This record gives sequence, C-alpha cells and structure tokens, in this order.
Amino acid sequence: MEDILREYLPILIFFIIAVGLALIIIFANFIISPSRPDVEKNSAYECGFEAFDDTRSKFEVRFYLVAILFIIFDLEVAFLFPWAVSLSEIGLYGFWSMMLFLAILTIGFIYEWKKGALEWD
Amino acid sequence: MLELWHGYVWPFLWIVIKIFLLLLPLLLAVAYLTYAERRIIGAMQLRKGPNVVGWFGLLQPIADALKLLTKEIVIPSGASPVVFLLAPMVTFSLAMVAWAVIPVDAGLVISDINVGILYLFAISSLGVYGVVMAGWASNSRYAFLGAMRSAAQMVSYEVSIGFIMITVLMTAGTLNLSELVLAQSEPLFGFLPGWYLIPHFPMFIVFFISVLAETNRHPFDLPEAESELVAGFMTEYSSMPFALFFLGEYANMIMMSAVVTILFLGGWLPPYDISPFNYLPGFVWFSIKIAFCLFLFIWVRATFPRYRYDQLMRLGWKIFLPFSLFWLILTAFIIVYK
Repeated sequence: MEDILREYLPILIFFIIAVGLALIIIFANFIISPSRPDVEKNSAYECGFEAFDDTRSKFEVRFYLVAILFIIFDLEVAFLFPWAVSLSEIGLYGFWSMMLFLAILTIGFIYEWKKGALEWD
Repeated sequence: MLELWHGYVWPFLWIVIKIFLLLLPLLLAVAYLTYAERRIIGAMQLRKGPNVVGWFGLLQPIADALKLLTKEIVIPSGASPVVFLLAPMVTFSLAMVAWAVIPVDAGLVISDINVGILYLFAISSLGVYGVVMAGWASNSRYAFLGAMRSAAQMVSYEVSIGFIMITVLMTAGTLNLSELVLAQSEPLFGFLPGWYLIPHFPMFIVFFISVLAETNRHPFDLPEAESELVAGFMTEYSSMPFALFFLGEYANMIMMSAVVTILFLGGWLPPYDISPFNYLPGFVWFSIKIAFCLFLFIWVRATFPRYRYDQLMRLGWKIFLPFSLFWLILTAFIIVYK
C-alpha cells in the first residue's frame, strides 16, 4: 500500500497541477480578452457561406472499421506486455502458446486484408 | 507538529517543487521549440524567420503568447461549450502528465513506477480523446472531418508503436524506464554503444515515422491539411484554447522525442563511458538527444511533401504493422533460442 502511494501519488499531484494550469490559462484568457459576440462571428466556419446544417450526422464507415481493427490489435498489445516481460522465465511452453495466439491473429489479419478492409479508395 | 511536517507536508511540498522544476523548463522548451522550428525552417528555405522581436527574435514566442492571451475566445453557436473548452485542456494536460515517469537522469524522475512503458503507452493513447472531443464539440464540417481523420490515423499508428515498445522491453526484460536505460549501458561487442538503436535499427526508423504520424506532424499532418481542411479539428478554436492545443502538440513532440531517446538512444547515458564523454552530466546528454530528435522532426517538415490519406493508412496497416510484428517475433525467437 505504502509503495503504491509513493509511486502514484506524485502522478496524481502532477495531473492536478497540469489540469489546474490549463484551467488557469483559460480562465485568465476569459478575464483579459474582450467578449463581443455576434451572429456572424459565432457561426461555424464554412468558407464564408452560411453554415449548412448540423454536422453530427453520417460519416464514412471505414473509420468505424479502423476503430474495430484497432481494438483487436491494441488488446493483442495489452496481452503481449506481460508475456514480453516474463519471456525468459516462462520458457518454451509460454513462448509457443503466444506464437499460437499470434498465428490466429495473423490469419484474421490476412483475412481482413483480402476482404479489402484496409483499402482506402 | 514537527512530525506532521516531516511525515506529510514536506514530502508533499517536495513532490510539488519537483513537478514545477520539471514543468517550467518543459514549458520554456515548448515555447522555444516553436521559435527554433520557425528559424530552422526559415534557414532551410533561405529565409530569415522571426528576427524582429528581441535579440535575434528571441522574444517572439512570448510575444505570440501575449497576443493569443488578449484575443477573444470565440465559441461557435452550434458548439457544445463545455466539451469545446474541455478538449484543449485534455490535450494539454495529457502532454504534461506523461512527463511524470520520464527519467531525465539516473534517479531524476518524479515517479519511478515499475510499469513506466505501459503508463506512457496509455497516456499517448488517451491523446486521441482531445482531438475527437474538439472535432465533435465544434459542430463544424472541417473540424469534424479533421477529427475523424486524426483519430483513425492516431489509432492506426498506435498499434505499431505498441509492438515496437514490446520489442524493446522484451530485449531489456523490464517495464521500468530507468532500468530500461541502464540495460543499454553494456557496450555491444565491446566497442559499440549498447543503445538499442543498433540491434533494433529498422524499428528505430519505423518508430520514428510512427511518432510523426502519432503527433500529427509533417508529412502526416492530414488532420490539419491547410489546403483541404483549413485547420482540421482546430478550425473553430481561437485565442488560448487554440494555444493550449498548440502547446499540447509541441509538448507531445518533446515527450515522444524523450520516449525515442529512452527506448533507442540510451536515455541519459553517454555513448561511451570514458573521459571526454562522461564529463557532461546525464540530463545534458538527455537534452542533447531530445534536441537531435526534435531537429529531425523539423527537418522532415521542411523536406517532405504531405502524404495522401490512403497512402498513410496503407503505410500504417500494410507495411508497419506486419513488419513490426515480424520483428517482434524474430526478437522473441532470438531471446528464447539463443
């Protein structure tokens, strides 16, 4: 418990200071700078035209696909971390079980590639 | 009373003092990195760069900051104001917080946690939130498109960064950043520096390019490709919220350079532990190596044209990802069967 506190308390304090610094900067800006809003100034920028409509609508599905692919591979990375640290202790059994896992993932990756999930055109 | 002071108040104050001793030079470095970038690119393009404010233009970053501070904060009428203002704060504070675990010299680190690499990996992954929040909250087409592109780009290169970090930590056998640096102190073949730059040279290149993409720098600055998306996710930002994004981006560059330095360039270690080299203290070596990486960042910006988005995704998913995975497996093989 003591160790965890000694290691992570500085990070917590650091985080509070960093957020506080950002807050102070924005707050100071609000005090110092003028505020003269008008309709034209506050409309979204669209090259001088009237703003079209709400932008929060449909978007390209590929972004979603990339996000899903990322989750798979990021999880893989998360699994690899403990394996990599203890590689010299877990011996051949540990090594080959991770190779099997990677092989399955690689098959999945090849499938995605052949299906064209990685194409952007 | 004295017990309270020694037991709680003083350790707490000491942590705060250490944090400020790190943050102030860091913010100064960020400010002067923008200046250095403009001067170096100016020199590379046979221009002068900023040279009017102060001696050789040295006060330019301060003048810029003051100018931005006195500008109006424009919050678009369609935006969600809270998220809109939160986004730059997230970007800025994350870029700062990562420094909590980076060892500047032997023992000179705010928190020497034993999962340092994992922490850095987590913090750099969170960076994408600031961008997505900004794009979503602005409710503007350019900002939205820029944020989508940026998010996809950052997560794509995140994966190969993860693989490369694992390759390096596998070689060192530790997640702690100080131990990782010390693992590089043993000379290679007796005469080369023991830095992982040499055995993992291809990974150094891949990592550096991935870092360029991860920090949205040239030639991968598609999220803010001026010619098509105005300024990407930052389009609607003005004044200090904009400055926070800017500071965050440059602080991220310095942070990523520090990571490159720790993983591949031997952290605070001099190339050889013999007399002319080890006169310089460790943090000076650390700063020199960071400055070198930052110079590479700027050099790349001045040299290469921007990538197209499909080229960028192809490079990330079809070249870097398989290659770094291959290198990881190769390294594991060598470690197990050596």
